[in-house]
Amino acid sequence: MAGTQTERARDRQDQPGESPAEYLERYGRMRLIRRFEEEIQRLFLKGEVHGTTHLSAGQEAVPVGICSALEPDDYVTGTYRGHGHALAKGTDPEALAAEMLGRVTGVCGGRAGSMNVVDLEHGLVGCFGIVGGSIAAATGAAISAQRQGRVAVAFFGDGASNQGYFHECLNWAQVFDLPVVYVCENNFYGEFTPMASVTAGGEIGIRAASFGMQSQVVDGNDLWAVREAALDAVTRARGGDGPTLLECQTYRHYGHSKSDPGKYRPPDEVESWLARDPLDLARARLLDLGLGEDELAAKDAEIDSHMDRAVEGARAAPYPDPAEDRGSEFKG
Amino acid sequence: MSELEFRKAIRDALDEEIERDPSVVFFGEDVAAPGGVFMTTPGLHEKHGQERVFDTPISELAMAGAAFGAAVTGLRPVIEIMFGDFMALPMDSLVNQSAKYWYVSNEQASVPLVVRSAVGAGGRFGAMHSQIHGTWFQGIPGIKIVGPSNPADAKGLLKSAIRDDNPVIFLEHKRLYSVKGPEPTEETVPLGRAAVVREGGDVTIVSALRGVRDALEAAEELAGDGIEAEVVDIRSLRPLDHETVLRSVAKTNRLMVVEEGTRVGGWAGNLLGIVAAEGLDELDDAWIVATEDTPAPYSPTLEDDWLPGAAEIAAAVRERLGVAARS
Repeated sequence: MAGTQTERARDRQDQPGESPAEYLERYGRMRLIRRFEEEIQRLFLKGEVHGTTHLSAGQEAVPVGICSALEPDDYVTGTYRGHGHALAKGTDPEALAAEMLGRVTGVCGGRAGSMNVVDLEHGLVGCFGIVGGSIAAATGAAISAQRQGRVAVAFFGDGASNQGYFHECLNWAQVFDLPVVYVCENNFYGEFTPMASVTAGGEIGIRAASFGMQSQVVDGNDLWAVREAALDAVTRARGGDGPTLLECQTYRHYGHSKSDPGKYRPPDEVESWLARDPLDLARARLLDLGLGEDELAAKDAEIDSHMDRAVEGARAAPYPDPAEDRGSEFKG
Repeated sequence: MSELEFRKAIRDALDEEIERDPSVVFFGEDVAAPGGVFMTTPGLHEKHGQERVFDTPISELAMAGAAFGAAVTGLRPVIEIMFGDFMALPMDSLVNQSAKYWYVSNEQASVPLVVRSAVGAGGRFGAMHSQIHGTWFQGIPGIKIVGPSNPADAKGLLKSAIRDDNPVIFLEHKRLYSVKGPEPTEETVPLGRAAVVREGGDVTIVSALRGVRDALEAAEELAGDGIEAEVVDIRSLRPLDHETVLRSVAKTNRLMVVEEGTRVGGWAGNLLGIVAAEGLDELDDAWIVATEDTPAPYSPTLEDDWLPGAAEIAAAVRERLGVAARS
């Protein structure tokens, strides 16, 4: 199945948007997410990022591949591991970093923090701190999207597939033919617990079958495979042919959250996934497609410099002044 | 003068707002083709079509979540969670998504959403179909909670709720659906404002929903005993209009709050606390009449005893004022 997708992806290389240059941009977006997470981890350890953080390093190919198939005004909902979802949809890295740092220039003025980012200007309806919340938000956004000619995407983890949100909303979306793509980022651990030990039926993707919904299990570390699956699902949604469940199998490089060293994961399992780092895979593929090391090095330098400026700008920004920002409970 | 039935007031408000604003959509369980289990929404589906009025799966969590997602992307959903008791199911979406969005998003968008439910006891529905969920949500900033006691307010408050840019929980007491009353004189009734529905100088009785009718009936009885009770319909549990109550208490110096719900954790205690904190000088006496600390019972004898009715309200006032019944 995955091989077929890859072949189709290669066939499309001559089409607009499918050139190595386009993929270099997508690779750059993945590196931006990786660098962002590394910076957030560093700032967290310095005590500048507060509370908790959930880093998505290792999972970058999923949001970048999915969002590459979307239009700017399509809707996306993310999780508390949502920095990648925001950056893939177009959120400004400096505004996102400032949000993590609790600064007034943050994308939510410092009111949201790491887990609850909203950036409607870029179609990010929101990231949700409760497992499964993103599924409902995207389902609702799809009701609007159906009237607006848009598509909605929900990102969620394997853990969310055991929440009521998952089962209620997938049924709902199928019943009403909603233009929504459910993207399960299966990183094989719900917090500290192996997915297999708490999830019946083996694969998550097959759960769609009980709703009569289209689904696909995707190599979530392969940018090309994710994009291919996303194009199919988004085309189906936009064409009025209803929702799709994509199970994108991937792996997080860090623990669940800041307090978790991830010791419950067998070393050989970690090794095998690190050997399939989505950035390394993308680099190898781009070299294979004829790009030079110098072009990749130039992209890396561009992204790293962008990230450095973003962090610098965010750190220089002031904190919100409680005397000025009391907030209002209600609009109007 | 023509009279308006409470359930028709609800229906008319929905009908007129769906007609007025193309972004209003209405969905719930059995609301479209069947017209609602309390017959509050007949004909709306036929008139406005499937795009605007539709039946949903029995999935309260998905319903509230879908309404939230639709509300922040351009629609103004009204949903019916059939019985208030079912509101335990969609609570995550309402509490963590709808209520928090306006503030947490730094005011990028609000959540124009109305959640209607039939609430309250006295219908012999038993413990899981008789609760009033207003107080479950009263401590959640970002969500309004309103409920009418008469048909005119039902229409005006529901219209205001639909036009409001924030999430609103709308409480419809099931023992009010068949009540008839005067047609509204205004198009809308503002949210967050209590109403003095009977004037009097001896004691202030505050209640909500069906309790307001019971309080008015008690006030009639008390008038025969020479006690003039002022009755305040609180109408909104959040925001809680304590100012209107303070003004009334300044006149009567006595405050009784009647709640169909328990004393601990109820809105009555909440209101009494605020009034005491801000108007203690005006108070000679203040107390609460509430339900027993058990779930609502089924048997008519048990349920009638469990509910604070007009007779109990009147008796409580006479006792606190040291006045004997004349008859």
